[in-house]
Amino acid sequence: MKNRIDRREFLKLAGIGSVVLVSGMDRIVFAVGKEIVNKDFFFIQMSDSHWGFDNPKINPDAKITLKKAVSAVNSLSTQPDFIMFTGDLTQTTDDDKERRRRLNEFRGIVSELKVKDVRFMPGEHDASLDNGAAFKELFGETHYTFNHSGVNFIVLDNVSDPAGSIGDAELKWLGTELNKLDKDARIVVFTHRPLFDLAPSWDWTTRDGAKAIELLMAYRNVTVFYGHIHQENHHMTGHIAHHSAKGLMYPLPAPLSLPKKASVPWDPAAPYRGLGFRGIRTEIAKSDYSLTEYPVTKG
Amino acid sequence: MKLTKKLVAVACALAITIMAFSSGHIALAESGQVIKITAKRYEYNPSIITLKKGVPVTLEFTSLDRLHGFNCPDLGIRTDILPGKVSRIQLVPKKSGTFPFQCDNFCGEGHENMTGSFIVTE
Repeated sequence: MKNRIDRREFLKLAGIGSVVLVSGMDRIVFAVGKEIVNKDFFFIQMSDSHWGFDNPKINPDAKITLKKAVSAVNSLSTQPDFIMFTGDLTQTTDDDKERRRRLNEFRGIVSELKVKDVRFMPGEHDASLDNGAAFKELFGETHYTFNHSGVNFIVLDNVSDPAGSIGDAELKWLGTELNKLDKDARIVVFTHRPLFDLAPSWDWTTRDGAKAIELLMAYRNVTVFYGHIHQENHHMTGHIAHHSAKGLMYPLPAPLSLPKKASVPWDPAAPYRGLGFRGIRTEIAKSDYSLTEYPVTKG
Repeated sequence: MKLTKKLVAVACALAITIMAFSSGHIALAESGQVIKITAKRYEYNPSIITLKKGVPVTLEFTSLDRLHGFNCPDLGIRTDILPGKVSRIQLVPKKSGTFPFQCDNFCGEGHENMTGSFIVTE
């Protein structure tokens, strides 16, 4: 099909010399569905660019890493339908003016993306010190929904509260949004922090994430993509899959693999190792077509 | 007879509950150590705290600058630490080992480094 892109092509196209920024291609296969999906499509998740980060031992290329990622995406022969940034667009700062300057600079850099359907959400570095005020000024709401080709995307904000909570008001909103959907609806959720307790002693959790998972559990086709931990991780809570993305500024160690969490230093022998972004292709599996037709054969 | 047995059982249970409640308070009042911990960007002081298994302590937190958090998932304790307010946690360590804690209210660029550990000895 027209916009189909395989993993090999994706990896090849995204490589910049020895620098490969693509971390992998996930595929969402929706198992059951009554809605008609207009087409298969793919989108790209980019995360944790930490624009404004300044520590040469961790990333001496900090001022060009995001620009390289933008070039890598632009170099794809087949462009994604849209791009989602899952938070920590910028490195945090106490200075409100500096925060806005970094967010503005970030926005200028990513405006060079060929794909113009680019969506954003904050990470704690962008939003926790001012409860999302600067982010909202420049990018709009911190939680929202949108629909693309029959897939329902839900963006959850679990960072504007410095405690790393979604909060009762947003959970109520989530419940209202979910109530509009069929139990077989295809749902993709974006968050910054993991919704589940990946490593609470490293603050890799959402304090009230279990409440969101409980609300989502009633729906049969849910996939969650998140950032925050600067590495890939794949986890199931019941039938809900959770996938994290690599970061675009520095990698972090595997959960609880060290006594203390610390950024992984830059390796000159393998620059950009551990950094990247991910492409996600949605696809309806063959067997699902038969499931879709089940009511007809049943009749 | 059955009623008498039931009454005795209830009385015993009540007595045990009262003793447990009382002994907890007495133990804390007489031998429970109060450990004062200050929090400020981006450190706890002290950050390494040695405890003895089974010996009750009271942790007393104050913030010197802004809102911080204290979370030790391995020991099942957490609190917010607000400026101008003392937060207290009573703790009886039930297992030995090293248990990390960290700030869980995002407080700035060094937030990730605001950590410490309990060392619980036998």
